[in-house]
Amino acid sequence: MKILVVDDEKDIRSLFEQRFRREIKNGNIEFVFAYSGDEALKCLQTYQHEAVLILSDINMPGMSGLELLERIKKKNHTPPPVVMMITAYGDDENYKRAMQLGADDFLTKPVDFSSLKEKITKLN
Amino acid sequence: MLPILGPLIFSLLLTQRLFKFSKIHKYELWEKWFRYARYFAVFLFVAQVIFQFSNTTRWIWHVFLISILLFGFRQKEMNSLRMFLWAFVPYVAVSAISDLTAVILTGFYTRWENYFDTASMLSIIWLGAILFSHYRQNKAEEKERIRRQKEDEINRAIAVRKVELEGLVAERTAEITRQKEELEQTLVELRSTQDQLIQSEKMASLGELTAGIAHEIQNPLNFVNNFSEVSSELLDEMKEELTKGDTEEVSEIANDIKQNLEKIIHHGKRADSIVKGMLQHSRSTSGVKEPTDINALADEYLRLAYHGLRAKDKSFNATLETDFDQTLSNIEIVPQEIGRVILNLLTNAFYAVSDKKKQLEKLKANQKSSADEKPYIPTVVLSTKKLKGKLEVKVVDNGNGIPPAAVDKIFQPFFTTKPSGKGTGLGLSMSYEIVTKAHGGELKVENKEGQGVTFIMLLPLKNK
Repeated sequence: MKILVVDDEKDIRSLFEQRFRREIKNGNIEFVFAYSGDEALKCLQTYQHEAVLILSDINMPGMSGLELLERIKKKNHTPPPVVMMITAYGDDENYKRAMQLGADDFLTKPVDFSSLKEKITKLN
Repeated sequence: MLPILGPLIFSLLLTQRLFKFSKIHKYELWEKWFRYARYFAVFLFVAQVIFQFSNTTRWIWHVFLISILLFGFRQKEMNSLRMFLWAFVPYVAVSAISDLTAVILTGFYTRWENYFDTASMLSIIWLGAILFSHYRQNKAEEKERIRRQKEDEINRAIAVRKVELEGLVAERTAEITRQKEELEQTLVELRSTQDQLIQSEKMASLGELTAGIAHEIQNPLNFVNNFSEVSSELLDEMKEELTKGDTEEVSEIANDIKQNLEKIIHHGKRADSIVKGMLQHSRSTSGVKEPTDINALADEYLRLAYHGLRAKDKSFNATLETDFDQTLSNIEIVPQEIGRVILNLLTNAFYAVSDKKKQLEKLKANQKSSADEKPYIPTVVLSTKKLKGKLEVKVVDNGNGIPPAAVDKIFQPFFTTKPSGKGTGLGLSMSYEIVTKAHGGELKVENKEGQGVTFIMLLPLKNK
């Protein structure tokens, strides 16, 4: 299973790699990281249908997570990738907008990794 | 003729002069006497004519003239008239002696009558000569006296005027002093109002910052928490591996833990510096210049301003471009103040681009145009550059620009183009003060209406 993580904070990479240490080692999950919306779109082009799950931060300079979400959902991949939004601001406005744009889930920072793991295993 | 008119004329001359003298020198009693003496002389002359020049009137003339002369000689106050009085003495003496001789020694008198007549003539000539010189002298003296009197009058008038003027000056001085005190009082009030305004502007900009600061602190805190948690999990795994005896895995995990701890420290420090920056911003500055890395300062305030706006307005987004001149060395500035200027310029730029974006979105929604035009990308560019002897900090936005009517007023206090409640109108005027007055720099604006604004701050690299 391939997961694309989008966040402008670079340290998110080592955090995810350590949190999913076992899964990565077992080869169950493969992580790809992008540090901006643009980079994420480029990644999606390269991996095409491979990415099943996209975890995106909302608050990023340049293209925001919500814009990225809109673009991904517009492209009509089949099957459409699951997109989970992550944000530091768990406010209603962001939540509604994300849902409106077709987000599959909405997580708030700090990320609860054990519940994230559960959600991922359910997808599998 | 002379024996008839002589006594009258000389009496009148004598009394008139003494009368005038008394009048000028304000001897009121004498003035009265000499006036009567004049009348008396005229009266005596009339009596003389009526009585056909009897001997009695002759003697009365003698007594009259002699007593006046004696009176005059005896008064100390009439010292200045001595010469005048002496003019009459020979005439009075000669006529009195000749009359006396004529009565007592009639024979002797008849024999020497010619000599008596000659003496009488000589005494009259003497009288005329002395009087002539006396009157001439007197005239000159009179002129001098009048001149002096006029001078005195002028002096007195001047003195009066001087007193008047002094009064006026004192009055004016008092008025001016009062006004000065009032103005000083007003100045003190204005200063304290200004201080209050500066403080409230600082607080307003701090308010703008809080959301950004919260976000900026939240992020590192999340990392601190996450990395701590993951490290503790890794330690559990490490124990498991130890019991299995997989030393290779153990050392790998240990490396990860060490990395995580470094990251915890890094993010802890990040949060720390943000809190310090916030404290620095709210504290009243000491105004002390210190060597500052302008690039780091600009970057810090860029993040704070951006996240501050993001936190307040979720829909806001902008592309941030930075172009920092890495060859810049530290510059002597008051970091909080220049930070405030940068923050202010950035807040304005962000406001401008988000305003334009909202405007375009509204337009699009109304027109429902399907034609996919080139999308508007709100962009703010922050750059630093080393110029000759100067440092340039540039903030460029691609918003709507400033209306031409407003561009001259943007540095005026309380002028704002933002809707009421959104801006204090103090940001740019304070920024201008900070840059030009406190740092000897320049703050310029380049306005392209409809295309955006460029603010340029120039700071001298070497402070004198």
